Order: sequence, then C-alpha cells, then structure tokens
Amino acid sequence: MKKDDVPQDKSRTYGGESKLMYAVDDDGKYTGVSSSGWEVETYATVAAVEALEAQRDAALKRGIAGETSPLEFHMFDKRMDMATLTSSTGYGAWRVKRHLKPNIFNALPDKKLEPYCEAMGIDLQTLKSLPEQSSESSES
Amino acid sequence: MTQFEHRQSAHCESGVVSNLVTASGVQMSEPMAFGLSSSLIFAYLPMVKMAGMPLIAYRMLPGSIMKGSAKAMNAKWESQTFSNPDEGMAALDRALDEGKPVGLQTSIYWLPYVPEDMRFHFNAHNLVVSHKEGDEYVVSDPVFPELKRTDAASLKKARFVKGVMAPKGRMYQLLEAPNNIDYKTAIPAAIERNRKLMKAPFVPMVGTKGIRYMGRQIQKLAKNPSKSDYLKQYLGHIVRMQEEIGTGGAGFRFIYAAFLKESAEMLGSNQLAEAGDAMTDAGDEWRRFALNATKMCRGRKEMNADALYGLLDVCASKEQEVWDMLKGVKSAV
Repeated sequence: MKKDDVPQDKSRTYGGESKLMYAVDDDGKYTGVSSSGWEVETYATVAAVEALEAQRDAALKRGIAGETSPLEFHMFDKRMDMATLTSSTGYGAWRVKRHLKPNIFNALPDKKLEPYCEAMGIDLQTLKSLPEQSSESSES
Repeated sequence: MTQFEHRQSAHCESGVVSNLVTASGVQMSEPMAFGLSSSLIFAYLPMVKMAGMPLIAYRMLPGSIMKGSAKAMNAKWESQTFSNPDEGMAALDRALDEGKPVGLQTSIYWLPYVPEDMRFHFNAHNLVVSHKEGDEYVVSDPVFPELKRTDAASLKKARFVKGVMAPKGRMYQLLEAPNNIDYKTAIPAAIERNRKLMKAPFVPMVGTKGIRYMGRQIQKLAKNPSKSDYLKQYLGHIVRMQEEIGTGGAGFRFIYAAFLKESAEMLGSNQLAEAGDAMTDAGDEWRRFALNATKMCRGRKEMNADALYGLLDVCASKEQEVWDMLKGVKSAV
C-alpha cells in the first residue's frame, strides 16, 4: 500500500483515535502512517456490534415478557456470548442455560450469582433486574 | 536505562516489545521485532470459536512475538503471574517505584480509555505502564497515538479477568537487554523459521493452503441458498478478523514487508528488498479481497463466491511467491 492510499475515512468506530499502518513512501521505503479508519473495516465492526445489540434488545423484550432471565440481557449488554460467559465464570454451558430460565434464576442464592457479577463487573441488584427504559436509552 | 518513549504501533505485542527494547537503550523498530520473532502465519481454526465463528489468525499465538524475538535478539524477559490480584497490583507498584516501565497482559474490554466500538473480550492485549501519577497509572498502549491513563480498579479488572487466555495479572520486564544483536545471522534465521511455518506441510488449514481452504468454505456456503444471511455474517467476520481485530491480518503483511525492506537495507540484500515488495503486493491483495467481500455483503456488487475464492487464491499465490523468493536466504545473505 502506498502512503497516499492509507485510508482516512474518519471511522466513528475509532472514537476519534487513529491507528498506525505501514505503507510505502515515494522512495519505496516503508514508513508508519496514521489512519483515521477504513470504511470497509467500519462496516464489519458496526455489523458485529449491531448483531450483539439486536440480540441484547431481543433478550430485553423476552426478559420483560418473562420468557428469559435478566442474565441473558446482561450477557449481551456486556458483549459476551455463551462461550465468553462460561469461560469467565467457570460454569458449564448447561448450567448457564439453566440459569437463563426465569424460575430457576429467581431461586438462585446470591452466592451462585456472584461469578456472573464478577465476570460482568456489575452488582447483584443490577444483575437481577432489567433496565426500566426501552433499549434506546441504554448505552449503544 | 533511557527515558521511556511512547511510539504508536500497528500491533500491541510487537509494539510493546519494540518500545521496551528501545527503552533499554537498543533501538528497535516494530517491524524488526515482529520479523525477528518469525510470527507471521495464516491459520483457519474452525475448532476455536470467536463470537460463534472460526478463529482466523494472521500471526502466531499471543506471546510468540515476545518469546521469538527474545531468542533472536539474545534478550531475556522476566515474566510473572499472580493468583492474588492485590498481590499483582502491589508487585506492579513496586516495579514502577524502581523507575522501570512494566509490560502487562490485559483484557482490552475493561480498559477505560478504549473507545466503545473497539472493546471486545480479548484477554491478550499488551501495554506498558510507564509510571504512576498519584493514583493513576500512565499507560503506553501501543495501538493508540497518545499516552493514556487508567485508575487502579479498572486496571486490576483488566489484568485479572478470567476466561480464555486469562492474563492472570501477567507482568513482564526486560531482565537482560539485547546485546550486540548479530543481524547478519539473526535475520536470515528468523526468515527461514517463518518460511517453514508457512509451509506447514501436514496441516491443511495453515499457511497458504489455509487461505485457499477458507476460500472453499465460502464457495460451499454460497451453494446453500438457505445460508445466504449466514454467508454475509461469515464474510463480515472474515473481514473483521482481517482488518480490525488484533491489528488486522493484512496489516501483518505490511509489517512483515517493512521488516524485509529494513533488513534489505541493513544487510545490503536485493533478494530481501524484492521479497519485501512482493509481500506488499500480497497485503494489497488481502485488502482487495476485503473491499470486494464487503461490497457483496452490502449489495453493492452481486454475491459471487467464485470471484472471492479467486481473490483469496491470488493472496495465497502472492504469499507463496514471497516465500519461494526467500528460499535459501541463509546462505545467500
């Protein structure tokens, strides 16, 4: 890639930061060039983030309807999936799946919930509840 | 010990290595640190999932840049992990009190200065804490242009998350700075090691064979009309692994090209210079693939899996060309 071809698409996913890329200057030598983002990368990042947000919003809806425990909402809200949650809590997948059932989750002693709080960096109160507003007002 | 200088890098681990080595008084560029470590790879790993998708690696496992470059440079790292987080934080403070910069393995998700969309659960993000100011740690995070700051609670969380590749508070310092690096021997040896890695004769999903294997997976998915949404997600994932996560795979091709060019100049070798230019072409081909895959996902171009395979096939051929050019580099340089 030539120095002048280093993309400067001012990606919103960079949050005002820049990345360093190595590119070739006019003399054919490599040099570090600051990039404000590439549209192609932004698209892939935004698609991945939006997929997680859609899962989060669906989990919130089903949580409010009592079809799933708040755990599912918080999992997606913290950009986790089953694999991240099981490996960071030490719980097996079957156990986490059980904990997604509202009646089982509601009966869990606090001690069993603590690994989730620890992994997600939230307190018990937050873990047990859903945000009151619709998803538009939560972080995005 | 010279003053620690923050230099932005393309990749966290090679950046930390080159910055810490340079701070020890031996000038070391990021491409040189990366090249000496023989860490360039392509590996398609369906058994390791990332967000439910196969892991696609463009460089060797985390830790290999530190380890590999130390061997080539004749340097030694001192590395420690902790079972008790408070002990780990106290050990960091003691090391900083001695006035030395300290390298840390962290989870990028929990670092407070990282922009929202760049945060995901990756537990092998490397950074340097240069010193402490009051209760705040001054962080040289090599992927960002400026120095950053973090509070102790966030840093503790980032160092002691559990899960895959859990950092366990890992902190490291140069125990022995590199001493009289013999580039004339070290560079060809590092290149030869890397050439063998990319050949990976017994592993179909690694090296240039792996690139074509991934291309065939795209073709397979495209034959199944019920999977058209999944195909888009899959392509998006490939592009994300290539361009965003851990620097981006194409980025590593350019880092390695820069290493070859720097080496060419240092050793006065045309062979290395030409291989460097060819590696630049390979990186450009990867970017062409990402651009086309994205256009197809967005509907700006008709989905054409055979064309995407063709683009990946060119990437593989170009990379093969580079390694063929580098054959026999040990005796030639």
